[in-house]
Amino acid sequence: MAQTLWWASESFWRKTAIWVTGGSFIILIFLTFDTMKYITAGGKQVPGYAIINKRVDYQFNEAQNRYLPVIGPDEPLFGKMLSEQEAEALVTKGKLTTQAKNCMECHTLLGNGAYYAPDLTKAWLDPAWGSKEVREESMVAFLMDPSDKLHNSIGRRMPKLGITEEEARATVAFLKWMSAINTLGFPHNFKAIDQSDPAPASAPAASAPATPEVAPAADAAPAQQ
Amino acid sequence: MAALGIFDTANLNGGQKLAMKYFAVSLALFGAQVLFGMLAGLQYLKPDFLYGVLDFSVNRTLHVNAMVVWLLYGFMGGVYWILEEEAGHPVVGLWLGNLIFWILTVAVVIVVLVYLLVQVGPADMKTIWFIMEGREYIEAPRWADIGIVVSVLTFFFNVVATFSKGRFSGIAGVLVMDLLALFGIYLAGMFFTPNVSIDQFWWWWVIHLWVEATWEVLVGCIMAYMLIVTLGVRRKIVETWLYIEVALMFGSGILGLGHHYFWIGTPEYWLTIGGFFSALEPVPLVAMVVHAVFDAGVHKLKSTNHPALGWTIAQAFGNFFGAGVWGFMHTLPQINLYTHGTQWSASHGHLAFFGAYATAVIGFFYLAAQKSRGNVWMSGGLVGAWKWKWAMAFLWIGMIGMTVALLIAGYEQSQIERAIEGSTWMGYFAAQGHPWFVQAMKWRQISGWAFTLGYVLLVWDLLSIGRRETRPAAAHAHAD
Repeated sequence: MAQTLWWASESFWRKTAIWVTGGSFIILIFLTFDTMKYITAGGKQVPGYAIINKRVDYQFNEAQNRYLPVIGPDEPLFGKMLSEQEAEALVTKGKLTTQAKNCMECHTLLGNGAYYAPDLTKAWLDPAWGSKEVREESMVAFLMDPSDKLHNSIGRRMPKLGITEEEARATVAFLKWMSAINTLGFPHNFKAIDQSDPAPASAPAASAPATPEVAPAADAAPAQQ
Repeated sequence: MAALGIFDTANLNGGQKLAMKYFAVSLALFGAQVLFGMLAGLQYLKPDFLYGVLDFSVNRTLHVNAMVVWLLYGFMGGVYWILEEEAGHPVVGLWLGNLIFWILTVAVVIVVLVYLLVQVGPADMKTIWFIMEGREYIEAPRWADIGIVVSVLTFFFNVVATFSKGRFSGIAGVLVMDLLALFGIYLAGMFFTPNVSIDQFWWWWVIHLWVEATWEVLVGCIMAYMLIVTLGVRRKIVETWLYIEVALMFGSGILGLGHHYFWIGTPEYWLTIGGFFSALEPVPLVAMVVHAVFDAGVHKLKSTNHPALGWTIAQAFGNFFGAGVWGFMHTLPQINLYTHGTQWSASHGHLAFFGAYATAVIGFFYLAAQKSRGNVWMSGGLVGAWKWKWAMAFLWIGMIGMTVALLIAGYEQSQIERAIEGSTWMGYFAAQGHPWFVQAMKWRQISGWAFTLGYVLLVWDLLSIGRRETRPAAAHAHAD
């Protein structure tokens, strides 16, 4: 065989492999440190846990040309203002519930998981809960025993997973907190539940597959409680 | 040495005897993956089927976990298979490898029983430690994580010590570095955080950097050996290609991790980085196809093990289409905004895992079948050759059918749920109830049956191939 050209030689590609791998990994480490500034709770894109004391909405942002979370006035979860520590403890319990009940093997969270049930990224804002007055309690009741509640017209149901009331409330807190994460416009075109004050007459939750009502643009209203 | 065509582990070296154990469990878990996949698929069509007994979440957990474990068992078996020949030295600490095999296997059985019988737990850390972690693909409870880490460390010790005492080839060097990375990355998935963004950030380190980087290179190593033994390709060529593939694979795959950081709370620059590098990810897979086809052509497809060669070529194409083309189709953020979290991912996942990994492990099953029968002739004129051919045909027909059906479901979902309805609960079910989606799920299930038939034929074939064969393969000795 003729002499191997340098670009076809084993040693050239061995060195290239080492340098490319090392270089890519160093860039990844650098980007990981930088990304942490954005995704730590209270960072540039992920809110602190006490955000659950506020109204969280999701609206189209003309300037950025994407849907973004909009934080409104005080609107404490279950009517109770929490400190950052209390809120963190509650969200932690909720996150633990989502793992202990293996939610991710039917649902997606931030779009990741299985595809047998709806995405939970903006579950807190889903118009299927009817109205914001009944939302919190509807979610708790649903989580505790979904088996006998109306889901959809195709017969797919969530099983009863032994979720206690405490766990259900914590899960709602986790979902509210998650809905406030800036996910760069995912999901696109999501029409959030009407949260304006005063609220319109409540519709029954998750009824026939009708198109959800589009919420009228609402300005911040005085906080309840 | 036993007579030709008679199954006898005396035909194998120490590492290969251990590999046979890994392969046996691997093949059984492959069956478990198929079974639970079929149950989960059926639940899309009949939602009340096993409702409250084996819910979709349980079946799907077992479906994906069985896959991860059977492929890992297959890879570990593959490494033990090549180890002694590659190092020119008996496996160092083989007894430890054997011990760990049994411990790992008992642990897998316990984890599976807990998934099946306990399923979920209360929201406290005890559940995370002893029942499940509830994070897709790496649900295994923490105690099992620790067990996996110990097992992998032992495996790593066997490999490094054997190569160190024997010969440290180019394949060995890449393999050792890759196993180190594979082990280190797993640690990134072993913690709890309430912050779902941080959770998913590190979770992808494990899932992506395993599946789209370290697994690919691991398979590159064992398939390099495969090309040497099935076709007699010269080592220098195989190893040069291996380095090229590592450079391209890690060069695109490490930062290609960014395509999982589009929508989880991570900063906007990931849209650019993830889009760019993941667009490059098919490049090494093209290189692998060129490499395999070129070598097969140069050697005029002459091999003493046709099934293994067949699966090797299938691996090159399956990897390219499943991981490369199907991945690229929805990897750019402009399309991924609509396809993220839909059946597109399932379509890609099916073809990629099967094309890139299942094929490679099946190829090794055939190497093992050949040698355990005294290195019999498994090429032209093989008795009962129809079985491996039909097994392969049905597995591929089934897999392509499932992939295409899921892709159609994914298109429909992106359009109706994501683009039109905006991903609300109503939008989700509007898409799930649409006739196009339902039809796709029916075809997925029918294809699943074809795949199941292929699996049954594969098992039958692996247990019987070469049984009545009396011609030795050694007459066609390989080039150095």
